[in-house]
Amino acid sequence: MEILVCVKRVPDTSENEIEFNPEGNDIERDELVYGVNEPDNYAVEEALQITARVGGQVTVVTVGGEDDEEVLRREMAMGASHGVLLADDAFSGSDARSIAAILQAFLRKGKYDLVLTGVQAEDGGAQVGGMLAAMLDYPFASLVNSIEVLDGRKLRISREVEGGNREVSEIDLPCVLSIQTGINEPRYVGMRGIRAVASVPVPTYGVTDLALDPNTVGETAAKVKRLDYFLPALGNGAEMLHGSREEIVARVADLIAAKGGLR
Amino acid sequence: MARIFAYITHRAGIIDDSAAELLSAANKIDPAAAPTAIVTGSGAELDSACASLCASYAEVWKLSDESLAYPNAELVRKALVNVLPPGSIVLAAHEHFGIDLAPGLSIKLGAVFASDLLEIEGMEGLLLKVVRQEFGGQVSAHVQCDISSGAVLTIRPGAFKALAISPANGQVVDRSADVGTLTAGRRYLETVVAETGDIDITKQNILVSIGRGIQEKDNVGIAQDLADALGAAVSCSRPVVDAKWLEKSRQVGSSGKAVKPKVYLACGISGAFQHLAGLKGNPFIIAINKNPKAPIFQVASVGIVDDLLELLPELTNKIHEMRKVAA
Repeated sequence: MEILVCVKRVPDTSENEIEFNPEGNDIERDELVYGVNEPDNYAVEEALQITARVGGQVTVVTVGGEDDEEVLRREMAMGASHGVLLADDAFSGSDARSIAAILQAFLRKGKYDLVLTGVQAEDGGAQVGGMLAAMLDYPFASLVNSIEVLDGRKLRISREVEGGNREVSEIDLPCVLSIQTGINEPRYVGMRGIRAVASVPVPTYGVTDLALDPNTVGETAAKVKRLDYFLPALGNGAEMLHGSREEIVARVADLIAAKGGLR
Repeated sequence: MARIFAYITHRAGIIDDSAAELLSAANKIDPAAAPTAIVTGSGAELDSACASLCASYAEVWKLSDESLAYPNAELVRKALVNVLPPGSIVLAAHEHFGIDLAPGLSIKLGAVFASDLLEIEGMEGLLLKVVRQEFGGQVSAHVQCDISSGAVLTIRPGAFKALAISPANGQVVDRSADVGTLTAGRRYLETVVAETGDIDITKQNILVSIGRGIQEKDNVGIAQDLADALGAAVSCSRPVVDAKWLEKSRQVGSSGKAVKPKVYLACGISGAFQHLAGLKGNPFIIAINKNPKAPIFQVASVGIVDDLLELLPELTNKIHEMRKVAA
């Protein structure tokens, strides 16, 4: 089975404190630690486990710029056979629909049985996978937390629905699935693994290679635009406890007792 | 102004809480609009859902088809595309069904798409200004959507407070004849209900809840020690389950369990809305996190910026001490 996994490079928010730039229209990106969007690792791992069972290859693709090649190499170090960078000045400022259109153009160049994405991006809203599927007229399922390959170009999948229940369906190939975190345990990638793929060529495709009309992507085509960032309203916010750890511990223990915790 | 529709989910004829929230969201797009509810399904359950919606929506479009008895997003999408007028604004809840339905619907309608909205600030011409969150809720963003060819918008559950509305005495309009022939590349088989697990976290008075900040599986014992001292149970947020450090049955949140403890110790939990959605009954939340900007501090009663791996063992000792004194 030929599997394409769409990945994205994002700031790692578990490691970063987000600060605004002086204009307030973007976050300070210079100091941020970037990495692959964590859910995408689950999608790549799932693709690798499927091809290990039934054969085939995994290709990882991202839309971005030069800096984004590092996330492709990381996923190649996990075991993806190919990495492809979709980069062009004309792509900058693309909204989710344009990103999906760029990916659709790339999909036209090859033949993939299955397209995976992570469940959502740290800085996104679970948009591109479902849009891409509709553009391709492929079936789509979101929040997928198990995949079994059946005979006759079909998969048996489950989706995570309310309360941790699993909604089980059969889906025809080719299809697009967004992969929920926790579906597997993504393998560890060390520096050695990344070095091993350092010299594997990663082709770059732009508007011409993808036969895209530059007016249909990028900032000019974007119908969704971020205007600015701001800090969410704090509500009342927590009463922050200060002092020595000993004082804080005593206070917390008293609070637990006062709120009916200690019996 | 384009016509506004709210797609309402229901379970066995009981309409989802989002029905009132979507009405409130529609009101923020256009206070003068009378939004239309759309419901899909079949049989008596669908009729019952339609009847309930007439209390708050002036018009309820009923799309009945045997193939829609179980909500399959691909079939619902095709039915909606066949009945919606061009340029419509369609609202849906940002939960598992809306996430499945909305992106593809926006493509097939040729409409703009914005997801997981927390607020709608209103229209300027054909531009709609909305609020989204990014980076795990650490920052909000104003986003502008050009809705000149319609819009599909998903609304974060709980973000829009239901309006106090006068009874609508709505009319049901049966549009079933227009849904067309529905087939899908995905076919529903069954729903497997989640297991309860060894400890029922929904019945606990105190929860010591751990998140990514617990760092590794071996550290779970630190939280368990505190829980033992308190006579509490250990629960967790999603990353802990994803890493297989605790069973799924211990997860608090929209994709886990809804809990209603008196005291909730959120230890190394950032406070993503999916997690907070599982916290019911207004518990006293004590949040411990190394990151002073963690969103959990916005909702907690008391906050401590510290390393939980050092703080929790001291708290455990303190609780033991207090118990000794009390005895």
